[in-house]
This record gives sequence, structure tokens and C-alpha cells, in this order.
Amino acid sequence: MGYEKQPDFGTPASGATVSVTLTIDGRELSVPEGTSVMRAAATIGGDIPKLCATDMIKSFGSCRLCLVEVDGMRGTPASCTTPVTDGMVVRTQTPRLEKLRRGVMELYISHHPLDCLTCSANNDCELQDAAADVGLRDVRYGYDGAHHLGQKPDLSNPYFAFEPDKCIVCSRCVRACDEVQGTLALTVDGRGFSSKISAGTTADDFLSSECVSCGACVQACPTSALMEKSVKEHGKPERSVVTTCAYCGVGCTFRAEMRGEQLVRMVPWKDGKANRGHSCVKGRFAWGYANHKDRITSPMIRNSIDQPWREVGWAEAIAHAADRLKNIRDQYGSRALGGITSSRCTNEETFLVQKLVRGGFGSNNVDTCARVCHSPTGYGLKTTFGTSAGTQDFDSVEHSDVILVIGANPTDAHPVFASRMKRRLRGQDGRPGAKLIVIDPRRIDLVRSPHIEAAHHLPLQPGTNVAVLTAMAHVIVTEGLTDEAFIHERCEIDAYEDWARFVSDEKHSPEVLEAVTRVPATELRAAARLFATGGNGAIYYGLGVTEHSQGSSTVMAIANLAMATGNIGRPGVGVNPLRGQNNVQGACDMGSFPHEFSGYRHVSDTETRNLFETDWGVTLDAEPGLRINNMLDAAVDGTFRAIYIQGEDILQSDPDTKHVAEGLAAMDCVIVHDLFLNETANYAHVFLPGSTFLEKDGTFTNAERRIQPVRRVMDPANGYEDWEVTQLLANAMGLDWNYGHASEILAEIARLTPTFAGVTWQRLCDAGSLQWPVNDQFPDGAPVMHVDGFVRGKGHFVVTEYVPTDEKTGPRFPLLLTTGRILTHYNVGAQTRRTENSTWHPEDLLEMHPTDAENRGLADGGWAKLSSRKGETTLRVKVTDRVAPGVVYTTFHHPETQANVVTTDYSDWATNCPEYKVTAVQVMPSNGPTDWQEDYADLTERSRRINHEPAE
Amino acid sequence: MKTIDDIVARHAGREGPLLPILHDVQAELGAVDTAAETRIAHLLNLTRAEVHGVVSFYHDFRPERDPRPVVQVCRAEACQARGVEALIPAAEAAAGGRVRIDTVYCLGLCSVGPNARIGDDLHARLDEAALTALVERA
Repeated sequence: MGYEKQPDFGTPASGATVSVTLTIDGRELSVPEGTSVMRAAATIGGDIPKLCATDMIKSFGSCRLCLVEVDGMRGTPASCTTPVTDGMVVRTQTPRLEKLRRGVMELYISHHPLDCLTCSANNDCELQDAAADVGLRDVRYGYDGAHHLGQKPDLSNPYFAFEPDKCIVCSRCVRACDEVQGTLALTVDGRGFSSKISAGTTADDFLSSECVSCGACVQACPTSALMEKSVKEHGKPERSVVTTCAYCGVGCTFRAEMRGEQLVRMVPWKDGKANRGHSCVKGRFAWGYANHKDRITSPMIRNSIDQPWREVGWAEAIAHAADRLKNIRDQYGSRALGGITSSRCTNEETFLVQKLVRGGFGSNNVDTCARVCHSPTGYGLKTTFGTSAGTQDFDSVEHSDVILVIGANPTDAHPVFASRMKRRLRGQDGRPGAKLIVIDPRRIDLVRSPHIEAAHHLPLQPGTNVAVLTAMAHVIVTEGLTDEAFIHERCEIDAYEDWARFVSDEKHSPEVLEAVTRVPATELRAAARLFATGGNGAIYYGLGVTEHSQGSSTVMAIANLAMATGNIGRPGVGVNPLRGQNNVQGACDMGSFPHEFSGYRHVSDTETRNLFETDWGVTLDAEPGLRINNMLDAAVDGTFRAIYIQGEDILQSDPDTKHVAEGLAAMDCVIVHDLFLNETANYAHVFLPGSTFLEKDGTFTNAERRIQPVRRVMDPANGYEDWEVTQLLANAMGLDWNYGHASEILAEIARLTPTFAGVTWQRLCDAGSLQWPVNDQFPDGAPVMHVDGFVRGKGHFVVTEYVPTDEKTGPRFPLLLTTGRILTHYNVGAQTRRTENSTWHPEDLLEMHPTDAENRGLADGGWAKLSSRKGETTLRVKVTDRVAPGVVYTTFHHPETQANVVTTDYSDWATNCPEYKVTAVQVMPSNGPTDWQEDYADLTERSRRINHEPAE
Repeated sequence: MKTIDDIVARHAGREGPLLPILHDVQAELGAVDTAAETRIAHLLNLTRAEVHGVVSFYHDFRPERDPRPVVQVCRAEACQARGVEALIPAAEAAAGGRVRIDTVYCLGLCSVGPNARIGDDLHARLDEAALTALVERA
């Protein structure tokens, strides 16, 4: 037993439904039509030697090792490129084949270094395996001739090394980069004997190349030519555990490969239904934060935030926290207490935090970070369709003909899904690619990057999403491009007719709205026509839609567009919110909002409340509680005094940093439960160390409603899984919780939540994942929703009047700032900044159009002061025409920059989701940090002092 | 980079434009260097790796300018059988540093080898004197 690689069938599975029967080595078997002989043999446990084939990429037929004999066929065809046929009789191991294969192997080995014993791939090398399989005993060619030894290794990538000496130029890496990742960063330089793998031109190494460090090449490499540096350091793994990535909302499944308690590498799991065996630089490599020296593993307390921290034992920390909470509750009432759940934590942990707040603190003052990202998605899709969730699975994109991306940058923020989308956009096997429409103020990579070119890019003025979508609807309705049959069968007709009248008004024509949106009317018209008439139309969107004063309106405008064109209820279409964090969907599902129990049921609904009251044995408040921003306001007013924050850094991630700081500073008890002393912890009185996703059991729910198991691969460095810490606190508050394992919490969730009714830990372990709803109607879950009708009955069109934001440019603040993410960093960067990912992106940069830069005397790389009506910060400028004149862009990954010092407290009218994406700013040359930055740096330094006293 | 932009524009809309573009760049600029590869990749919406893979595959595309005249001598099997190897030392001596001798494999005139090519002109039935003369005149 011990470590085994995931089986490799050599060539990809065939999607055919017709099956073919053949005989391989005397054994009869049936496989789908289109399967290769190699794959067919592997399915019955056969092992045809191979070097250039692996099942993540198409067969290539170059290594000539997988030759077989087929009755009635001349010669010895390559099994990887030979499809099965009915009645075929194949022999894979004959003396003739052995001789041929040995001959081929001799050539490979004739100039391969024979340092197997000291090689990092020893016993994990397909070349070694192949040599053993063919019975290689001697190499006749000697090692004196021309060879490839002594070449310089390329160590430029922080996570993997390229050793050309070990390379057999099978080109699996090149093809994986092309087919799986779609970056095409690798090539074969030269030809014949002098062929070698090259990452771009001769001036490039792996780091300077177009490589995005997704790891597909490393996974594809049969030898140690491309190898994780962590394997070189720690050695071959000895066991593996399948678990779910804790970065973005794609929810990739990985094998965590271990040596004892040491994680050696994360390898994407080919059976993962969200990622289909692919990964990105974050999930694949950026896990080093788990053991970073900054990680806090001991609980700490202090009486006031100007004191240094004092390390204490768990018992003292929990008792201290509970006492403070109880005192505040006694003095100021239940509604002075609240909590924030995290989209970074598991469903079970999130569920317990809201249970603690509602049932233990006694108020509904619970909110979650989805407030500041996808709360408008919940509101908008529930209003129009009846469910607060995306309508499709990721596989759906393979059936799309027109893809509309609005306010999302998938290649940076959801890279693994982006690779699948790009594969569909490129087209495959003679099937033409899907057409792409991008609506984004910035020229994101999808607009134009190798082999991808958007049919239409609508570079709108930030804040005008609703106007653009209404103008598209205007074109579709007035030009008669709606799907009348779908609308009449599936939607409320009165509401549709109201909406159709509204959008048809001339004032919503692209020509009239051009003055507002700055999108050329002809381009917008063409995009609208393409979306309505181009076949299966799918809409993918992100925070560029939701984080606006009209976020909910935009979500509903998207839903309107999908319904009007009949693009709901089958594969290839739909409305797809790309969730930012790994468990945004789950955190929302689990009742993290102040007005909703799990499954999106309002707290004022007596029947639902009774259900929870009976199950939990407590009395629950029927009034919705405070949202995050209201909690902070109330804290400043003195009516909100204590907060328990699990796994979220509101100081860095929430808008208007100074206001957040003011609110936190006003509270009597701030409990931060996190891996690191994050920015919020500067204002905390109790610090409860958290556990990483590698240290806990539970479930995450990804952007496609897929509930996936998270498994504990090592013991928590802090001693407890996060839900256990919440349970300790709950019991210290007088509750009597006795969960022994996360699966028991999941059982409670399923018991109390109709959409989760059929979910159990065991079922998830057996099936790998389930997409909710899982109930009597959908016993195995629902990959595509609203198939036979909308969840709410009839689809509901909502009139979406464009209302400009109150955040306006003017003479003092003439530019519009919008914010976003970059590939290598994740959210506030708490994890990724503590990994080598900072190699690619060590600081936040301000993207600015050359004209704007020139007008201000700013050069590329120069320091600039970015100021708004709310605050100011400094950062360096990147001059680029990716952004339009008048628009600037930055990321928010680094606390030194604190981009949210400048963002405002304007927010979505329906859900208070902050308007991060539109801030009027001015940018001027600068020679140093602002006063805020210096003051904040001082505060951080003071606030992070720890007196290391022995714990009791 | 005006010239490369011009050359690429000349082939705009053509199916499979990369090779014709590379030929023109080699002919007009004397080399397809890293900067040219990068610019062509950008204009054709390809990656640098893809362009470099093609450029490095063909010996006709030079990474650096080389102003020397070139004599291509076939040293494939047929010409070897007809004695080309014996002519090489003399040709190289004649070339010195002034002329570049490139080895090619087959100019398609196997029955009349040894063969060489200068520009688009083919020369057959070469002996030492003829080849040396060719090199000296190149």
C-alpha cells in the first residue's frame, strides 16, 4: 500500500454513449466508442508502457513505446492513437512487441542520466517504470556520443524546477499547457536531437515567460524534469488524502500528498467534478502559509487594545471571552452582541457561528463577508428565479455558443474555470469556438490574449452596468429577438409586458445611453444581437456586477436578459455568479445573514423559527439583526458592544477603512478567530487561533452549488478545528453542545434545511460531491436548475431603472477608481502574501491610462498619492492602456496600501453590498506614504506586541 | 518596430500567416530575433513560445543578423555517396571568416551531386575546384 499516483488511463475518456466490444490479451471488454486501445487496456488493469501519453491530454503518438498487435492490421499500431473497433482482437505483450519496445527504450536511455537513486523522482518516474516494464537490461549505444547532460536547470519559478538533463522531450508539458491550461507558454525549441523544452523565446526562463504557474506541466511530466521543489526538499509522499481547495469559489478537488504530518504537494484530483484534474498557482502551490512563522497557535487576550497581547491557555481565553460577552449582554442586552461568519470556513463552522449568535448571544446580529461580495446575487436571483444561487454547473460551459462575461475577470480570479471557458472559446476537434462578449471597464485578458479574442468588448464607464444591460434589452425587445415561446410558457406575462414596455422606451436605446455608458451604440447593438441569436447564451458575472449601488438591479437585469432570450434551464445557458471565496455560496446557504435562517428562510417566519427553536431548545428573536455596516454604525453610537469574527479581516476587506476602525475601536469586546494577527486583530481583545483547511473536516459549497468534503490531513496546529473553538465558546456561554465531528453538524443542517435534506457526510464521501438541492425532488442533486420551471413558479421580470451612483467625479476627484484581483493573490492576501506568490505581485499597483499619467507627470513605476473624499494612500503607478482614460484600477491584496482607505460607504440599495467598484479619486505624484499609512503602520506594530508568558 | 508591424499588416487576413511573415522578416531584416518574435506574437495574438517554436524549427530563420554571404552545401546521403565530404575542408578553407558554409540536407538533385546553393541558384556536379570557386565568388 502506501503512496500511489492516481491511475492514468493514457488518453482522455470518450464521451460516446455507444459501446464497442473487443478482446485484449484474451479478455473481452466493452468500452465507449472512440476510446483508445490504450485506455481500454487500462480499464481492465492492463498496463501498456507509454511515455508521451497521459489522460489529461489528447493522444500524440510520438514515443512509439505503446505499440500493440491487432489482428488484421498491418504492423504494430500505437495503442494511444488507435481507437477501438467492434470485434477487435488486441495483443499488448508479445515477444515481438517487447523487442520493439526495448529498442525504443534503449534510445531514450542512451542519453538519460542514470542517477535514479539520487533523483527526486526515484520510484515515482514513468521512464523508470517503462524501463522496468520492457525489461531493459542493457543499452547498446553507450554514453560516449552526443548527449543532453550538463544543461543548466531553470530554477526561476519559486515552486518547481526544470532540469533539462532529465527531459525526454515527450512534449507532455507543452501539450498540457496548450490543452489543459490554455496558456501555450511552452514550446519545443529546435528540432531533432537538439529539441528541447523552452518557456518562450531564448530570452525567457519559466518565471519571465507567459507561464501562470498552474502546475499542469509538472503534473504531466513523466520524469523529474519538471518537479515540485517541495518534493525535492521533502521526498516522495507516502500517503494522500482527497480534499477541497480553500481558495476561490471554483472549489477544486486536490490530493493532499503527505509525508507524515508534512504536506509534500497538492495535486489536482482528476475525478474532481469542479476542476476535472486542473489547478491554479494558488491551490496547487500556495499552501505554505499554513506553517508560516506569522501563524498564531496560542490563544491571546488583553484588556485594551493599547496593551500587548498575553498568551494564555484555551480555558482561560474562552472563559475570558465568555465572561466579557455575558457581562455586556447583561448590561446592554442581547442586541449589543453579534458575530460574523466566514466564507473561508466550512459550512459546519459557519452554521455553528450563526447558531451561537442567534441561540447563545440571543440576537440575529449575524452577518457574513458575502455581504460585501455576493449579497446582491442572493437578492436578485431569488426575486427573479426563486433561488439565491447560480443556475448551472461548470460543465455547462462546454455547451455554450455565446458567453457573456460581465464584471468578472475569470483568468485571474477563477483561473481553473477560466481554462475550461477558454477551451470552449478556442473550439476543439473541428467544433468552432463559442463567441465572447466582455462588459468591463478594463481590457481584461479575456478580451484579447493568445487564441482568445472577444467578439465585442463594451468598455463601460464604471457604475453604468444597469444602463448597458437595459440598452441590450432594448435592442433585443425592439428588434423582436426575444424568445416568445419561452417567456409565455415560463414567465409571468404581466411583469414581462411591463418590463418590455420599460426597456423599449427610446430613452433606453443604446444611442441615448451612450452619453452615460460611453459604450459605442453600434457595438452594443451588435453584442445584444449576438447574445440573442447566437445559440446557447450563458452569462458569467462577478463582483463587478454586485459591488455597486445598483448591484441587485444589475443581477436582476442579467436575469431579465437570460429569461427574455430563453437562456435558462438547460446545459450551455444560465446565469452564473462566479463566487469570490471558496464557501460564499455555503456561508449564504447556512443562514449567515441577519434576516435568514439556513436555506434562505426569513427569521420572521414563525413556522421556520419554531422548527429551529424546538431543535435547539432556545427562544429566537423574530426581528432581523444588524448587517456588518449597521453593527459598525451602532458601535460608534454605543449600542453595539461586542463581536465574534471568525475568519474574516473586515478592516482590510470592508470599505471605508477609517470607519471600520472607528467602529471596532468603540467596542468593548472584539474576538478575532483567525490564523494570523490580521488587520482587524489590531482592534481585538481576544485572539482565538484558527485552523487551516488542511486541519479540519467539513464541507465547502462552491459557485455551482456543489457541496464537497474537506478532509483533515494533519492535526490542527492550534489544537482545535474552528468549529470546536466555537463550541467551546458556546458551552462557556451556557449552551450545551456536544458535537463530536463535523458530520454531526452537517446532519443537523440537513435536518433543518430542506435544500440539504438528502445530504450526509457518507453520501458526500461516496459520491465525491453533491449539488444542492438534494431532496425528494432531486435525490442526486441538481447540476442545472429551473429545468422544468422556475423554483418560484414563473420567472419574474423586474424593471431595472438606471440610477446613477451618488459617488460623482468632479474637479477635485476627476478619475473613477475600480478595484479587483490578480491571479497570484487571493482577497486580502492573508494567505498568499505569506507564500512565494508574492514573487509575481509584491505590491498593489495603480493602473492608469498613458494620457492620464502624462497629464499628471507620472511615469511607470513612480509613486502616486491616491485620494478620495474618504481618505488617501500611496502606491506605485503602472501605465497601461488596459484602462480607459478617466479610469484607474488597483488591487486590494496588501495592507500597506489599504486600497479601502479610499473606498466609500455607498452601497447596494437592497443589500448594502459596498460600492467598491466606483470611487471618485484624484492621483498625484508623491514621494512617500500618507499620514494614514504611517499612523496605521505604527498602530500595527504596537498592536501586535506579544508578551510570551508561559501558558498555564 | 515599424517594419515588423508593416510586414504583419501585409499578411493580415491570410490563413496561416506566420511562416510568410517570418520569411519576410528574415529577408528584410536579416534575422528573426527575440524582439521580433515577441512583436509578431503580440500582433498575431499568439504566445512567444508558439512563435519561437516555429522560428527555431527552421534553420533559415537566424536569431542574429549575419552579413556574410551563404553557401549551402548538401551533405545528405546521396551527396555523401557522391563524395561531398571530401570537398568540405577545401570549401571551409576558402570560406575563412568571410563566407558562411551552411550544411543542408538535400537540394533535390541527388543524381547530379554533390550540390550547393547560393541564394536561389543551384550548382550541381561540384568538384573541389568548382566548389572552392563558388565560395570565393560568393
